Amino acid sequence: MQLGLLCALIPLLPLIGFVINGVGFRRVPTALVGGIATVAVLASFLIVVSLFTGFAPEAGPQIVHLFDWISVGDLRIPFSFQIDQLSLLMLLVVTGVGTLIHLYSIGYMHHDEGFGKFMAFLNLFIFFMLLLVMGSNYVIMFIGWEGVGLCSYLLIGFWNKNVSYNNAARKAFVMNRIGDLGFLLGIFTIINTFGTVEYVDVFKQATSLPMGDSTVLVIALLLFVGAMGKSAQVPLYTWLPDAMAGPTPVSALIHAATMVTAGIYMVVRSNVLYTLAPAALELIGVIAIITALLAASIGLLQNDIKKVLAYSTVSQLGYMFLGLSATAYTAGMFHVITHAFFKALLFLGAGSVIHAMSDEQDIRKMGGLRKSLPITFITFSIGTWAIAGLPPFAGFFSKDEILAHVFEHSKVLWALGVLGSALTSFYMFRLLFLTFFGEFRGTEEQKHHLHESPATMTIPLIVLAILSAIGGALNLPGGGWLGHFLEPIFEGSRQVNPEAFAESVGESSTEYVLMAVSAGVALLALIVAYIMYISRKAVPAPNEADRSLPEQVIYNKYYVDELYETIIVRPIRSMGDTFYSFGEFAVDGVVNGVAWGVKQGSAQLRRLQSGSIGFYVFAMVLSIVLIFALRFFIRF
Amino acid sequence: MQPSQDVLIPEVIQQIPLTYYLILSTVLFIIGVIGVLTRRNAIIIFMSIELMLNAVNLLLIAFSSYRSDSAGQVFVFFIMAVAAAEVSVGLAIIVMIYRNTRSIDVGLLNKLKW
Repeated sequence: MQLGLLCALIPLLPLIGFVINGVGFRRVPTALVGGIATVAVLASFLIVVSLFTGFAPEAGPQIVHLFDWISVGDLRIPFSFQIDQLSLLMLLVVTGVGTLIHLYSIGYMHHDEGFGKFMAFLNLFIFFMLLLVMGSNYVIMFIGWEGVGLCSYLLIGFWNKNVSYNNAARKAFVMNRIGDLGFLLGIFTIINTFGTVEYVDVFKQATSLPMGDSTVLVIALLLFVGAMGKSAQVPLYTWLPDAMAGPTPVSALIHAATMVTAGIYMVVRSNVLYTLAPAALELIGVIAIITALLAASIGLLQNDIKKVLAYSTVSQLGYMFLGLSATAYTAGMFHVITHAFFKALLFLGAGSVIHAMSDEQDIRKMGGLRKSLPITFITFSIGTWAIAGLPPFAGFFSKDEILAHVFEHSKVLWALGVLGSALTSFYMFRLLFLTFFGEFRGTEEQKHHLHESPATMTIPLIVLAILSAIGGALNLPGGGWLGHFLEPIFEGSRQVNPEAFAESVGESSTEYVLMAVSAGVALLALIVAYIMYISRKAVPAPNEADRSLPEQVIYNKYYVDELYETIIVRPIRSMGDTFYSFGEFAVDGVVNGVAWGVKQGSAQLRRLQSGSIGFYVFAMVLSIVLIFALRFFIRF
Repeated sequence: MQPSQDVLIPEVIQQIPLTYYLILSTVLFIIGVIGVLTRRNAIIIFMSIELMLNAVNLLLIAFSSYRSDSAGQVFVFFIMAVAAAEVSVGLAIIVMIYRNTRSIDVGLLNKLKW
């Protein structure tokens, strides 16, 4: 069973890395910690590559059964992995990008006293993420789902001496729990409907159901609630920008490249169910475009280098869901992959800048960094170019494919999507220009300290930059490799709804026009940003400056956090306080009352122990008489 | 309280009914109990205990005679032997108490609560 062993090893290696660094993080020498953690993930990556090259598409999904896990009544939930096109792609991204980010972390976190702990958490995250994507049923996916949530929580609050970081970690955790409730209910509904949670069986049964079946709609919506939480869609998106409190490699690995795309992975995995529920897809489309535009508009005015990227992530996740809502599952996955490359690159680049600036994150205090950080500058520019959707880099192809499918589906959504694309291009170039061009605006001390990052940090940047540049080749317009590769995954969807998968994008003139429009819009936004921030040398106003009303609203992120605070957090907190004081009063009253009663009773009883022999003998005789009397009346 | 048919009971013994023995032993036993409960002199308490033991011995002998079974009488000897042993130990303790407190009033001995 060669395949079974390899599959078991993929998640096992990072777990071993976690145990070594986690148990002995005070004892393992610092020089070894990074090596152990990185090699664990790298080894997994190599195994994945070997599986990938040996994968035979015609054999169908390979199920690797490890052991029977839950069996209750008729329900059998095995602990098994499924190796197919989709999980292989995700595995490549998770372990590949994961390895690069581990390598980067060695340089970035080296001076942190919790270095070992950090690397252990990263390994644990990889382990859970691998479970999430490899599991052959929804329950295993759920283990991974919860596990990555846990690691996200641990790593956001990694610098746990800072209260606001802890609050950010808690916010992420709680918001994700809300989504997870939906996911869990979805799983229960699946069990109730299909009697199994194995992907293969569920989808086989689902294909015989009629389009628009109400149970499937419920399942699709419930699962999507889970995706909303994990993939930061409106209204559960506010945790992701706050999650930037964690160390930068965490932002890159978890909150940009892998975990947040779990929602997209789940929808793609369940594509049959979603194809069967067009109403759910409509809803996803609406939520996705709202998320994409809302987050992009907030990104326009943010001044924290990581916050801009965080809002950009939220917005890009919206794009991916937008693609899914038009049943362009391949395009969604394509964007997941390219986004993993360029967003990880951008975050790591931002980390490199922060590293050089001695933990300064405000872009108003940067500027002119291109001379001191040449590698970071070049790679960051490639990332910006890619995410802005300018040809010929990866983001252009994936975004264009999504927009092309959306155009067929709905012209309004397409127009809004193009608007979002313009916004993305504008704020990304604003970020690039403010950070790397113009005059340096920081302190003298920072200026002297400016330096290019060590090789462990620049190598991942270079590799990711290359991937961001050429990633588009995975799926060139007009039927690329990725589309063919993923085709078997969508076989069920094609069966239930053939029209949605008809090859109608073939009209190449329309396609070229669409491409030209999106590229043109992005270019226009680039020019506007250039004029504003390079020609006119504008610098964003300080926090206290007067702003016009719409600007004020956007600068304060539409007051969504404040809104949640007022309508949800405060009422629940005051309710909790009420219950707390009630509990204090009632429960403590009972407990203390019992204790008081026993104490008083025993104080009385101890007087019996007088020490006088006469009294003892008397008590003895009396007791014997009583026992005899009792025996006489009651036979026992 | 009629003896069973097959057991032969001597004439002399039959002249006094078993009930009398019962009443006598009960009275003796109660006197013993009251003596233990009320007296404060350790020697007298000892004697009262002996009285209770003898009340029980008497009853044992009476029953054994009525059943023509010698086991009861043998048992009485055991009880007396054990009682004698106990008394010798008990007297030794009382002597030690007297040496320490110059009294054998059990009311003074309330140290058991420690």
